[in-house]
Amino acid sequence: MGLLSQSVSITRYRVQGQLEEPVLDTIALALKRHAVLDIDNDAAEKSCGWTSFENPFVPDFEGSNHLFGSYLVFSLRVDKKSIPSKILKKHFTIEETKRLTASGRRFFSQNEKKLVKEEVLHRLSLRIPATPHIYDLIWNYEGGKLWFFSNLKAANEELETLFSESFNLSLIRMFPYTAAEMDADLSDSDRDRLNQISPVSLTGQT
Amino acid sequence: MLDVAIAYNRYRFLGNEFLTWLWYTLENHSSQLAEIDADLSVLEIGNRMVLENRRNEGLETITIKGDDAGLEEGLLSLKKGALVTEMNLLYRSGDNTWQFNLKGESLNISSFKTPETAGTETKEDIEGAVLEKIFLYEKVIRFVEGAFRHFVGLRISENWDKKIIIQMRQWINKIS
Repeated sequence: MGLLSQSVSITRYRVQGQLEEPVLDTIALALKRHAVLDIDNDAAEKSCGWTSFENPFVPDFEGSNHLFGSYLVFSLRVDKKSIPSKILKKHFTIEETKRLTASGRRFFSQNEKKLVKEEVLHRLSLRIPATPHIYDLIWNYEGGKLWFFSNLKAANEELETLFSESFNLSLIRMFPYTAAEMDADLSDSDRDRLNQISPVSLTGQT
Repeated sequence: MLDVAIAYNRYRFLGNEFLTWLWYTLENHSSQLAEIDADLSVLEIGNRMVLENRRNEGLETITIKGDDAGLEEGLLSLKKGALVTEMNLLYRSGDNTWQFNLKGESLNISSFKTPETAGTETKEDIEGAVLEKIFLYEKVIRFVEGAFRHFVGLRISENWDKKIIIQMRQWINKIS
């Protein structure tokens, strides 16, 4: 979901740690190193990496800007190939029949069937293009804050893994506990109280 | 700090209590919200609210939807022990309105609509459009962060048990 869309979803993060100076060069290098790889002519089923916000289908970052004012803006792209089960079944059955005829046998063992299926999957993966999923993000490096434009669990998990691999920084999702712990200016005694609270009953019953 | 996965589940109630307190506050002490955020003119409940009652070993979910939906069912659910788990809110500042869903357990923001912005026709327009959107998103995010920070301060204060929770119960029990 793009940050310029009419309606967006946002997951908030805190970024902990410092990058090597000059920061912008370090970021640019990490983005290029972990840019998404095109898998359309490859047998891989999934590819995950960074791409540019302005030009998400050409992920080389050449000529595209990722600094907007004091914010870093770029995108996570996850390309996935999904082969419909009916197409897989059709091609598997054709291949299995062909091989049974050629070998003069009546059936294959489970292991042989598995091998045929893997070969068919490999061949289909080369022919089926990957579907790109693009999720924008805004990173306020100075403020240590990052907004990710998706609430999807899988997309957030991909972001957390890739971000850590790319920048070697901690990305902490803001949910009630982390927001209270990191955002609420608590003293040590406040923290102790926070760690001891339990759900309240609005009916007055326990 | 606790392990993140444990903390998420252990403290999901805190976000639900926050949304329930937010509803109580905007109905009864709306000036408190203006103190948290000077830019806020009015905060209103929007077109959706979800409540959950996890007591008595079961889970009951109540969803109220619609632009003109009454919230009586929601208040009745609170009386039975439910908490708000998701809420659509309208944040008004001057002539502008922001609308968004806020989820208690994650504090995630979804269906987030800002006031209308100018379209982008050229590549040069994009930077301006992005910065304008960031400015608009920040308004609501700052409000959510400020309101939650204020709530946490109240929640761990002595006033919570002595005063606030009693007032919230009185508000709920006003419903006949």
